[in-house]
Amino acid sequence: MNLEDIIQQTKTYYCLECGKCTSVCPVAKYDPAFSPRMMIESALLGFENDLVFNRELFSCLTCYTCQQRCPCDVDFPVFIRKARAIAQDNRQHGICAHSGQLQSLARLMTSLDIKQKRLEWLSDKFRISDDSDVLFWVGCAPYFEPIFEDIEFSALDITMASLKTLNLLGIKPKLLPDEKCCGHDALWTGDIETFKKLAEHNANQIIEAGVKKIIFSCPEGYRTFKLDYPSHGFDVGCELQHISEFLAERIENDELKFNEVKKKVTYQDPCRLGRHLGVYDAPRKVLESIPGIELVEMKHSGWESICCGTSAWTNCDSYSNMLRTDRLSEATATGAETLITCCPKCQTHFRCAMTDKGEEKRSMPSIEVMDLANLVANAIKERATVSK
Amino acid sequence: MAEFEPKIVAFACNWCTYAAADLAGTARVQYPPNVYIVRMMCSGMINPDYVLRAFEEGADGVIVSGCHYTDCHYIDGPVKCDAMFVKVSKLMHILGLEDERLRREMISTSEGTVFARVVKEFVDQLKKLGPSPFLSLRKEKVSV
Repeated sequence: MNLEDIIQQTKTYYCLECGKCTSVCPVAKYDPAFSPRMMIESALLGFENDLVFNRELFSCLTCYTCQQRCPCDVDFPVFIRKARAIAQDNRQHGICAHSGQLQSLARLMTSLDIKQKRLEWLSDKFRISDDSDVLFWVGCAPYFEPIFEDIEFSALDITMASLKTLNLLGIKPKLLPDEKCCGHDALWTGDIETFKKLAEHNANQIIEAGVKKIIFSCPEGYRTFKLDYPSHGFDVGCELQHISEFLAERIENDELKFNEVKKKVTYQDPCRLGRHLGVYDAPRKVLESIPGIELVEMKHSGWESICCGTSAWTNCDSYSNMLRTDRLSEATATGAETLITCCPKCQTHFRCAMTDKGEEKRSMPSIEVMDLANLVANAIKERATVSK
Repeated sequence: MAEFEPKIVAFACNWCTYAAADLAGTARVQYPPNVYIVRMMCSGMINPDYVLRAFEEGADGVIVSGCHYTDCHYIDGPVKCDAMFVKVSKLMHILGLEDERLRREMISTSEGTVFARVVKEFVDQLKKLGPSPFLSLRKEKVSV
């Protein structure tokens, strides 16, 4: 693929140079060197090297804020994704956060000879069944566990809460012992080769498992399965649902009852779930159906929501931290005591910003961050649902 | 068929283990030539990705080695290294790699013989385990 192909595929030539993308871009607000408009322009003028060897290429959050405002519907995130693939060919991979271990893990997982021990956390508490029609996608959660120990974030808590909720609803999901990274981060950093290997493996595993429905607790995995697998020729051929959509459906059918939880909460829309897939209402519906929960919206919410500051583990810098701090300030300004999100990555980034303050002398907003699945698992009325 | 010869990557701190390896050499202590030593300024600067990368590039085993707790040139390098090692061991465990393929050692400057012994032991251990499950990644790269 070369630059001309990318311009053709993403219809970049329609760009009016109006600059709306740059003016709404959450990164450009803090990082003066980052400008989506300028990136598009250098591509259109044919300055491939200016684009590919630009450090800022990997700063884009691919959060889709710009694309929503674009009068010409230029698909900037996909443009960035494909430009990154050219950059990877030129051995450019941005500044990898967490010393690049997450990228390495994805590449290591492409080996066909490994036998992962990814379900060791599973205890008798959870009921799973190999004959089930429903698959629960665990994703990277077991790997996140040791990596994010120091910011006291446990991704498996979200997985366990989701499993508990599913069990209480009478569903014994199937878990795949040999699922691999969905390839989301590999794809968005331009490592198409790794993505394809992972996608092929996962798609085969799922087809072999013969399930009818997959439930995700991670919006990134959900997006990748829903949009990117089919577009790269890997169709898993079953229904896909995010846990919030699943719960909203159950609430609508009156199958789910909650105990009262007195809490004022606000909700962070993960960009993958919100702008990428248009799921804004389901999580809010779940929150509103828990008695005692008061949902207050932040200044920017729904489709205007602001990203948590880094995607695909690259270029996590002081600008990302500023973005996060401001987002957390928005959350605390609502007077809410808890920030609810649906994405493990949002939680990692917010928790990291609050833990890793460095030597800076500015005040850092502090708020409890929690996944929707955890809130639901704590609030769910056990007896009422089991008897159903 | 020739006997399997494991490849070992050893991350060695400049002040202790690297000097120990040097000492083993000047003192003519015999040890297998399977080890590739990467000199680090401190064992505390080794991060999990170095270890993961070593496996990705075809190592069958990795030794992470530096000063003893009280010898560190930079005060608390070994403590940081320990924390990193715990983290990477957990990751490699989930990935399905045998725990015996990773080794944490503390070898000081004067312990040339210890270095030789560690390498010898490790080579024997790895010969029993066989090639790393990530070797196929390396082969693909080479064939391209």
